[in-house]
Amino acid sequence: MAAISREEVAHLARLSRLAVTEEELDTFAGQLDVILQAVAQVGEVTAADIPPTSHSVPLTNVLRDDVVTPCLTPEEALSGAPDAEEQRFRVPRILDEDVAS
Amino acid sequence: MSDLTRMTATEIAGLVAGGETSAVEVTRAHLDRIAAVDDRVHAFLHVDSAGALAAARQVDDRRAAGEQLGPLAGVPVAVKDVLATKGVPTTVGSKILQGWRPPYDATIVQRLRAAGTVMLGKTNMDEFAMGSSTEYSAYGVTHNPWDLDRIPGGSGGGSAAALAAYEAPLAIGSDTGGSIRQPGAVTGTVGAKPTYGGTSRYGLVAFSSSLDTPGPCARTVLDAALLHEVIGGHDPRDSTSIPQPVPDVVAAAKLGATGDLTGVKLGIVSEFTGEGAEPGVLAAFRESVDALTKLGAEIVEVSCPNFKYALPAYYLIAPSECSSNLARFDGVRFGLRVGDDGNRSLEEVMSLTREAGFGPEVKRRIMIGTYALSSGYYDAYYGQAQKVRTLITRDFTAAFEQVDALISPTTPFVAFPIGARTSDPYQMYLADLFTIPTNLYGGPGISVPCGLSDGLPVGLQIMAPTMADDRMYRVAAALESVVGTFTPPAL
Amino acid sequence: MTTTLPAYDEVVARYEPVIGLETHVELGTNTKMFCGCPTDFGGEPNTRVCPVCLGLPGSLPVANKAAIEATIRIGLALNCSIAEWCRFARKNYFYPDMPKNFQISQYDEPLCVDGYLDVEVNGELVRIGIERVHLEEDTGKTLHVGGATGRIHGATESLVDYNRAGIPLVEIVTKPVPGTGALAPEVAKAYVAELRDVIRSLGVSDVRMEEGSLRCDVNTSLNLPGEEWGTRTETKNVNSLRSVERAVRSEILRQASVLDAGGRIFQETRHFQEDTGDTRPGRSKETATDYRYFPEPDLVPLAPDAVWVAELKAALPELPRLHRRRLQEQWGLSELDMQSVLNAGAVELIEQTIAAGATPAAARKWWLGELSRRANETGAELSDVGATPEQVAELQGLVDAGKLNDKLARTVLEGVVAGEGSPTEVMANRNLEVVSDTGALTAAVDEAIAANPGIADKIRSGKVAAAGALVGAVMKTTRGQADAKTVRELILERLSAQG
Ligand SMILES: [Zn+2]
Repeated sequence: MAAISREEVAHLARLSRLAVTEEELDTFAGQLDVILQAVAQVGEVTAADIPPTSHSVPLTNVLRDDVVTPCLTPEEALSGAPDAEEQRFRVPRILDEDVAS
Repeated sequence: MSDLTRMTATEIAGLVAGGETSAVEVTRAHLDRIAAVDDRVHAFLHVDSAGALAAARQVDDRRAAGEQLGPLAGVPVAVKDVLATKGVPTTVGSKILQGWRPPYDATIVQRLRAAGTVMLGKTNMDEFAMGSSTEYSAYGVTHNPWDLDRIPGGSGGGSAAALAAYEAPLAIGSDTGGSIRQPGAVTGTVGAKPTYGGTSRYGLVAFSSSLDTPGPCARTVLDAALLHEVIGGHDPRDSTSIPQPVPDVVAAAKLGATGDLTGVKLGIVSEFTGEGAEPGVLAAFRESVDALTKLGAEIVEVSCPNFKYALPAYYLIAPSECSSNLARFDGVRFGLRVGDDGNRSLEEVMSLTREAGFGPEVKRRIMIGTYALSSGYYDAYYGQAQKVRTLITRDFTAAFEQVDALISPTTPFVAFPIGARTSDPYQMYLADLFTIPTNLYGGPGISVPCGLSDGLPVGLQIMAPTMADDRMYRVAAALESVVGTFTPPAL
Repeated sequence: MTTTLPAYDEVVARYEPVIGLETHVELGTNTKMFCGCPTDFGGEPNTRVCPVCLGLPGSLPVANKAAIEATIRIGLALNCSIAEWCRFARKNYFYPDMPKNFQISQYDEPLCVDGYLDVEVNGELVRIGIERVHLEEDTGKTLHVGGATGRIHGATESLVDYNRAGIPLVEIVTKPVPGTGALAPEVAKAYVAELRDVIRSLGVSDVRMEEGSLRCDVNTSLNLPGEEWGTRTETKNVNSLRSVERAVRSEILRQASVLDAGGRIFQETRHFQEDTGDTRPGRSKETATDYRYFPEPDLVPLAPDAVWVAELKAALPELPRLHRRRLQEQWGLSELDMQSVLNAGAVELIEQTIAAGATPAAARKWWLGELSRRANETGAELSDVGATPEQVAELQGLVDAGKLNDKLARTVLEGVVAGEGSPTEVMANRNLEVVSDTGALTAAVDEAIAANPGIADKIRSGKVAAAGALVGAVMKTTRGQADAKTVRELILERLSAQG
């Protein structure tokens, strides 16, 4: 049985903001299925008493003093912007106002 | 003067320091070499001739003014295009960053400048460091100087190839699953992945934050150690940077070069000498093991039973982190924007931009990661992979109670022909089979040339405990003192 | 379509509301949460940004110690337990005001958990449970262009300024609060007001709702007595104390009318409308957002040790509610009087005025009297009315010393508020000091007696009460600068001497 369907791949593409083509969907569906079946092997280890590792360095409380450091100039900040207006980054109209929290 | 491009970094630095040549002369020689061969190798994405010559002139001026210069002053270095360089194009091998000139320098780049090294330019890589061959670069494949029809490894194939083609004596790479060591192995050069946290990630365009480790590439172990010393050490701008001095890797390399490994106990990872590796690779590895024994090392077999889960765990953790890290490439603040025709919504423009800007491997990994982090799948995939990470760390810890360092072939196979594995992404992933456990654990690993198989280089990997990077340099230098360095056929 | 809403009293007699509040507070640190950019308000767009808060490729966050400490202090003030070990998490979603397209926040490991805040409503103490207090980063600001009213809807493009992006934001989430009945809206308001006072007393934020440094989301649900809690809605955009109260109230009424009509309440996000006082639905989403939280790999865990937490706890100020109790006793105020002080927002001003030398009664008289009246007239906050506690104390000092009478003092205050200087300066410049030169006064009194022989006769004949008219005449000629009591004595003295 396939680990992932073509529809699921289409959904993942939408979530990932990738306007994939129909042709790509076919290819990716097959490839992602192979990869996901292979990586599902991690399920073989019994996990009850094993703590997860998120960081390999044994550090805690790495903190910075509350001291101001120099900023970029607005010119530098906007230097890479595809589009700017009134010293702000310009973007096309936004559809979904709910996403902002 | 003999050919400056054939010299080691140590030799070049000595000549510059002694006034026998100038940094400008050294830089010119390398720029000439790049001009002569890089159309065939394609190691560089951007050659910064003007910047390099200016930096070289500064070194010469400082020397003339009687300033005390560092041990690598005047030595050219090629920098993987994954590090932000102020005012110099930084693409990460991706179209999505085409033309981006960062307004800041990575910490490592700052340290390279401060040490008086001369940055020649930015080297080719698999897009966002995802790949093992540079075939996934958006700007064309890099060719292995040993055989131009073969891959130079990846993701840091550009840096490794630049060394093998004598375009640069030193290079910087980044290693998330083997991207320094595997290219080192297949190009007959030295590549070291430092302890995670031992080199700063500030300014390293992130692929997988908990695994990414920048590190040195060179043609000799001592050169790699010298470069490691320059770029390593605590950086307050990276929260995961270890607040300790760099282990004395240079002294360790010098000690190893004496060829004495008496009292050193090495463990062969038995899981990595079985059917997964090519016979030619195993043969070269076995010969090196004999050589190490002759140098006085005690060698035992060590089993790391959970290493078999390293590859699947890696291909969950890295894509998951990448799916989040790469979300910022949306055509708003920097880089490419596609489809903004005044009618389309932001969401559509973002999706078109990312579709056009990312290559297929990057898209695959973003989608795998998005999947693995989804609430319904998190525990079975990402959560489980993080537990595997714990098990792998336990394997390493147990092994290092028995031995000082672990050894294995660096890669299961030598450089493969260009195009041989691109149709099956998972086959490509297997190139990192032996290098990935180290990244999951966080310890250091080095690949050092150990022989040839059918005329192509084979690498031996040495893995050490975290913050014991010096150990692997000692063993690597000892092996190098016996097997020597390897020179590819003339280009 | 208009639906008639049922009467509030009638609704809360039938339904039991459950409320919950999520409050975001921008911390007043010098720098942002994860970089050294300043947090000052009102800079030119994109002048308070760096590679980190712009989310440029390769940049990395480093947590601000002051923000961590401020959060722990808030947690301690709210009686929370402080996590011994916790991590930041990434909350992933695409939005242009979020530079990295993920927000560094905390998910299942908040810094502070399980506390409470006692608030007073109508003299009764209500304990509000605190679920969690966690730290996250703020977003940038988006300007919508081309639409009718600067709203996102109908806009043709948007412009983003990242000055605010990365400012530390503390989120305080209550447990559900049942059992408040008809008082639910007032409880919600009292909680936010109390929380604001607590945070202000800690000095970790200026908590100004109007500038957006304190923002509120209000959860409301209704259920029939004895039944399970109803489905809750989340109302966003609630940006003043009064709005908190109105939002709960209008949501209770709206939900009741839906339920009464046999409808169902959907879990949804609604937006409070400042102008109408009701809530409107946000755009509906087909699927709930999956934020794909995972531990932030670029930041190492926080592990506040016991010593550090104990130090922070030892340095906590007195809680505002207890502080107010103590002041009420010290000032000798009744419950009602204290309430009017609170309502006027005059506690600190009175405290400072007393500290500057005035008596509690005098301080309260000025702030609740003349100054409150002026604040009401101009619509200003009492603290921005134009007089400082020091000036008020100085003014009262002049009265006590007999240099000003009440009427003159009010005139002087007018000058102070108008920016003419300190009370002493205004008094001098406007020449308002009480006339105490008896020679000049005697002349004025004699003049008044001479001009009003009939009244003078009455006084001579023992009708002392008639002296008031002569006092008035004298005050008129001295332009109010005489002390009425002195004038009266002088009149009686002159008339008996002549008698
Ligand atoms: Zn910043």
